[in-house]
Amino acid sequence: MSDTNIHTEEHRNDDASKLGMWLFIFTELLLFGGLFLVYSIYRAQYPHNFHEGSLELSVTIGAINTIVLLFSSMTIAMALTAMQRNNKKLAMTMIVVTLVMAVVFLINKYFEWGAKFHHGLYPGSDLMALLERGHLLYFSLYFFMTALHAFHIIVGMVLLIVVLLRVKSNRIHAHKYVLLENGALYWHLVDLIWIFLFPLLYLIS
Amino acid sequence: MANNSSHITDYKVLTRVLLVLMFLTFLTISVTSYNLAAFTVTIALLIAGVKSFLVLSYFMHLKYESLLLRILVSIVFVLFALIVLITFIDYSYR
Amino acid sequence: MTHNTVDKIEYVSFLEHKGKYKGLFSWIFATDHKRIALLYLYAIATFFFVGAILGLLMRLELIAPGETIMKPQTYNGIFTVHGIIMIFMVVIPGLSAVFGNFFLPILIGAKDVAFPKLNLFSWWVFIFGSVLAVASQFMKDGPPDTGWTFYAPYSTATGTNVIMATTAAFVLGFSSILTGLNFLVTIHQMRAPGMKFFNMPLFPWAIYATAWIQLLATPIIGITLLMLIAERLFGIGFFDPNLGGDPILFQHLFWIYSHPAVYVMILPAMGVITEIIPTFCQRRVYGYKAIALSSVAIAGVGFLVWGHHMYTSGMSNQARWFFSLLTFVVAVPSAIKVFNWLSTMYKGSIDLKPPFLYAVSFIFLFIIGGTTGLLLGSVATNVQVHDTAFIVAHFHYIIFGGMGFAFFAAIHYWLPKMYGKMYNFKRANIAWAIIFVGFNLLYFPQFILGFQGMPRRYFDYLPQFQTGEVISSIGGFILVSGLILMVYNLVMGVRKGEPSPANPWNGSTLEWQIPSPPSIENFDEAPVIKKNPYDYN
Repeated sequence: MSDTNIHTEEHRNDDASKLGMWLFIFTELLLFGGLFLVYSIYRAQYPHNFHEGSLELSVTIGAINTIVLLFSSMTIAMALTAMQRNNKKLAMTMIVVTLVMAVVFLINKYFEWGAKFHHGLYPGSDLMALLERGHLLYFSLYFFMTALHAFHIIVGMVLLIVVLLRVKSNRIHAHKYVLLENGALYWHLVDLIWIFLFPLLYLIS
Repeated sequence: MANNSSHITDYKVLTRVLLVLMFLTFLTISVTSYNLAAFTVTIALLIAGVKSFLVLSYFMHLKYESLLLRILVSIVFVLFALIVLITFIDYSYR
Repeated sequence: MTHNTVDKIEYVSFLEHKGKYKGLFSWIFATDHKRIALLYLYAIATFFFVGAILGLLMRLELIAPGETIMKPQTYNGIFTVHGIIMIFMVVIPGLSAVFGNFFLPILIGAKDVAFPKLNLFSWWVFIFGSVLAVASQFMKDGPPDTGWTFYAPYSTATGTNVIMATTAAFVLGFSSILTGLNFLVTIHQMRAPGMKFFNMPLFPWAIYATAWIQLLATPIIGITLLMLIAERLFGIGFFDPNLGGDPILFQHLFWIYSHPAVYVMILPAMGVITEIIPTFCQRRVYGYKAIALSSVAIAGVGFLVWGHHMYTSGMSNQARWFFSLLTFVVAVPSAIKVFNWLSTMYKGSIDLKPPFLYAVSFIFLFIIGGTTGLLLGSVATNVQVHDTAFIVAHFHYIIFGGMGFAFFAAIHYWLPKMYGKMYNFKRANIAWAIIFVGFNLLYFPQFILGFQGMPRRYFDYLPQFQTGEVISSIGGFILVSGLILMVYNLVMGVRKGEPSPANPWNGSTLEWQIPSPPSIENFDEAPVIKKNPYDYN
């Protein structure tokens, strides 16, 4: 196949792929939307318990993770810019940096969760059962929301690793980068959700 | 038809957006450390809204996408806000 | 690569086209939207009969008071699985996955959907979810007994297979989302050159509105079921009052999805009817834009009325009148459609072929279902008949009388195009009459029973209800015998029927411009796009 008629031969439509990714992001937003709805209802019912709950989280760890995710969001956007400018090496570096940031985020999360478990605070534990209603709901939401978010981080990492390999083998290049674009969009989504999770779980008092 | 309309965002723009986002993060931490009662939530959510607007516009290139897509994204947020509001009609009057 | 030589293609129907695989694999690994549509058709028809048999078992149990053929716990399991199968595996995917898949691309002049592989993947996800749902019947803890609504807190406490059933519903929802996503991108990106949004036929419009609901509402049930599963598995408190939660919030979340899901069922049905009526009246559809936009309006407002399922749950009064008001508002666009269908028929040259018979009976049954819906939408009457047989009658009139009859109308309308064969009209008419009579006998008495106070989901009843219950059970058997005759007629048509011409009904939309059955690429020549798709001169 010659390069001239590549569009007709491959049935390729990048606009369609991108629209598809955006629609998928909509479903993800509403998936978390359901959780935010539950959060806001229970928070309105038990403001004091939620306040006490948020005091038990470390703002520092949360802030570090926020910065880490924001930074990774920028690096993946830069990877796209680099790819569009045909700078393969920089694009790969930026994807790797994003992945490293993701790992840092997860390690942070691991220690945060670990500390909670260490204090006997985990779903189904005896301590949880003793908590007041609102307090209990706060930690239920905390564990569930951060776990679901962490799961999305892992999915995003897998997607970015696929992208990285394809960039390496030149299957993603300066004239065909929609997969990188979609991977980046997904990664931004993960960041977007954290932007709301951070103040709602760690800050609001 | 595909690809050629893509906008390329400059590294400088991306860096600047990141700096603004970090600034907003510190702002929201410092503001919420004061006790402003009900305003705390409002302010925190407002700042989060601005941050997500920046991420959507610049990192996700929405600023340079078609009008259609921008409308669709706003519809999703409006729809969600409506659902929350309506649910609160139940909970605030019980 | 033979399929790339565009100039001269010999016509090969998609049924005989030779792809990468042979035999069964050429179907279950097919990416052609038409083959995937038929895969859905066979799967859904099978599940429909499983669901119908479960329904018949319930009717048998209710033929006399007291224990007739089963124990109460079995009865609970049967109505739950009947609901799960019929709602999640038959009615929600039904029209959009079968006829949407087959005809959406053709009606907008496209060769396939936007993402053919994703389309196949959706089917596999659908089958996986269905297997899980059916398996939840037979696993050792016993079939789920919560009803298809999985209301908390009972669903967090019962010892039956709730986790498996909810996982199945979650997986089926995922398939639904992917199908909706695929159709949305198809409609936005794949329309033939020259076809604007307002040149599209009205079935694609209905599918478009449906797909938005699938995309935006399904995640809510997804997260709700995930929370329920987490609550059961890890004791994370969300809905169980013992863990601090609020069970009414579960109902809110459940209906935020499940009410729009009703429109996932009925909107494509309305789309099908809108295709059939102009064809058999040979008349341009009345009020094209009103019908197109009313689909979108139904989808939009339909998102905001979920609370009318919860009037008796303990919701605040303000919320009750708010939801009641919006419920009346959402009836308006549905009524607009009915007026437009009737106006299309006015002064048309009506041809009473089987598809048209089903279409008119759809309108008849839908009006009964719709107006009783208004009755339920007003708080005062709703409180009276909530959770009685009245509800059962109402939603069967909408779901079966609406979506089901539209499905039968669609299959009688499009079968000649899909298989290139024609069925026997006389037998089709007889089957229609039996089904119509059986349906009304089965469900109409339940309106009366409900008013008299017969609760739904009860395994036993007082002797005073027996007349109604017996009539209803007899209707059930008549209905099923009609269904068997209909399916027999269609299968015989496909196997031994006369070959069908390309345009047996003198239809004007794009699918009738191409041979029956269509070739693998649908359009071997570029289609002629009309300004108004329903132009009969």
